[in-house]
Amino acid sequence: MNRTSELLRGLARGRVFWPLVTLALLLLFNLAFNPHFFSITIRDGHLYGSLIDILNRASPLMIIAMGLTLVIATHGIDISVGAVVAISGAVAATMIGGQLDLSGGAQDAAGYPLPLVIVVTLAVAMLFGMWNGMLISFFGMQPIIATLILLVMGRGVAQLITGGQIITIYYTPYFFIGNGFLAGLPFSLFIVAAVLALLLLLTRKTALGLFIEAVGLNPVAARFAGVRARAITFWAYAFCGLCAGIAGLIVSSNVKSADGNNAGLLFELDAILAVVLGGTALNGGRFTLVGSVLGALIIQTLTTTIYSVGVPPEVTLVVKAAVVFLVSILQSDKVRNRIATLGKLREAL
Amino acid sequence: MNDGNSAASAAAFPALTPAHPRPRLDPRYLPLVVTLGLFVAMFGAGSVAFEGFFSLQVFLNLFVDNAFLLIAAIGMTFVIISGGIDLSVGSVIALTTMVLATLVENRGWSPALVIPLVLLMGAAIGLVHGVVIQYFEVQPFIVTLAGMFFARGLCYLISIDSIAITDPFFTEVSAIRFPLPFDTSISVNVVMALVVLVVAMYLAHYTRFGRTLYAIGGSEQSALLMGLPVARTKILTYTFSGFCSALAGIAFTFYMLSGYGLHAQGMEMDAIAAAVVGGTLLTGGSGYVAGTLVGVLIYGTIQTLIMFEGSLSSWWTKIVIGLLLLVFCLLQRALARGPRSKEPARATREVNGQQLPAPTATERAAHAGG
Repeated sequence: MNRTSELLRGLARGRVFWPLVTLALLLLFNLAFNPHFFSITIRDGHLYGSLIDILNRASPLMIIAMGLTLVIATHGIDISVGAVVAISGAVAATMIGGQLDLSGGAQDAAGYPLPLVIVVTLAVAMLFGMWNGMLISFFGMQPIIATLILLVMGRGVAQLITGGQIITIYYTPYFFIGNGFLAGLPFSLFIVAAVLALLLLLTRKTALGLFIEAVGLNPVAARFAGVRARAITFWAYAFCGLCAGIAGLIVSSNVKSADGNNAGLLFELDAILAVVLGGTALNGGRFTLVGSVLGALIIQTLTTTIYSVGVPPEVTLVVKAAVVFLVSILQSDKVRNRIATLGKLREAL
Repeated sequence: MNDGNSAASAAAFPALTPAHPRPRLDPRYLPLVVTLGLFVAMFGAGSVAFEGFFSLQVFLNLFVDNAFLLIAAIGMTFVIISGGIDLSVGSVIALTTMVLATLVENRGWSPALVIPLVLLMGAAIGLVHGVVIQYFEVQPFIVTLAGMFFARGLCYLISIDSIAITDPFFTEVSAIRFPLPFDTSISVNVVMALVVLVVAMYLAHYTRFGRTLYAIGGSEQSALLMGLPVARTKILTYTFSGFCSALAGIAFTFYMLSGYGLHAQGMEMDAIAAAVVGGTLLTGGSGYVAGTLVGVLIYGTIQTLIMFEGSLSSWWTKIVIGLLLLVFCLLQRALARGPRSKEPARATREVNGQQLPAPTATERAAHAGG
């Protein structure tokens, strides 16, 4: 009993508390509106239901948000993730079952073995991340500018790879990544779990997390303290690229095609929103991976809620905008200080 | 501005004469000179490679086809000089076309009423951005990102379809051509854009507002200590950018004769690219409105070259613009040295609520060794 109360108090103090409350409120709202919201049925050995659906749809965003969390923790930003999603989808689709390659010749379905395709796609995505990291950590470019360059170029590159066309994938095993089920659960969730587990292990069981926070708080001081600030920044962006690559695989497998122009459009904005909602400060330093995952879930739940309530889906963007405004204002030091002084005043009275 | 240019290009290669210990070209003008040279080179290359490329009308068409981008990029240039960024430009343009189209076409309002209304709307959106950025100290790109979501969302709320504009005022204005010598002409949009350009150059280089803007971009702390009206200027800058976006939206409506929520997608990036290629430092405090004009012209030339080439596809524009951005940012990095470097911004660090001085140069050198 004592343990539970301690756990609860720890949770309330933790950064994950507010995202959890938000998510819970959203889910409760859904329950009030739709009594069948929490019902999960088993069909053909798979679990079906709104919750499973939300988890499945949110998985690319959850993965990107985790990668972006590391970048933001180093006091950076990566606005090129959407473009990298498009590029990795284009690479995968072109290698697997593209109708056109660069020379205009025809390729047969499943041109390359699936493991090779996955490895190459992820390598390409990571290379683009490393490109960002190189510009930022070794050439000292501002993160928003360096990733802006890739944002502008990335969709051009993706269209170059696909020849400007939407490439349809004709290869069933590939669909498993985004649509398959393992042990009754969507396969993409296992990917999310794997990435989260790896990152938690790296950042909480080794000193890496501490180093990242040190770099985010003050890169100069971190360097003086013996932290290899540049290398850590570099690898944060490389990893963010890799995450975007994984998300690109899931997205392209989910829609069974790659569209250089529209795949992952506005993903960067959703990802930033997820990270901010999760409780990671945009000024770098402290970060929470679980929070970002919850943030992504909040966004997806919000979207699903808006659809299920019957409000036209066009409202989603306006609602998201309102949420960003509110959260960023609440996160600002000025408002926090004011709230803190209000609290002190009340105590004094 | 222009005098500085010609003087700068005349002294572009003084390094050949060893009598001068350092080049006379002010490094601040270097990006601008490079940009101008690049534009001349690209246009020249096009003239050599393609028949019919070298003509006044092709040059004027750069203005005709990119007038809206120029207007939006000028607003963006002001924001970037102040050290901020405005990501809402493209979506405010789309929202403007949408509001114009619905009010004029579906509600039958008079354009004389609707046009001032959308300009007011754009300025109001910019004002809200500025106020939130200034008084809540939220990062500009987050605030304007939210503004971007908001404006696009409003577009889709109004309608998800494209609305064609058949109002006689709009069709007539979009058909007007002002004749110029050698059988060439320009559109109303070009005149609008040039007026904005002249006003912006005056604002930036000959007014208190402009000087304050540069001071804030150089160092907001110093501007505050000097007693400059930082808050007012910053808010006005975002308001101006919002106004420019709405005006660009009107120009875009004349150009496309339709309102659509997907219009001008990614134009904020084009506007940023034009400003940066035009020599505006993304760290703020340095840049020229005239440079943005050259940036837009380069953007237009790339598109025209790709059009004349015929076999290249439009996505090459994105790749070339990206590469240009990269080159210019690296160039700026190379130029931004000494006192221009941004590092003094972190001159003090806070430790347990105490302000501690940053390590001195010798300390840094000592630590860098170990």
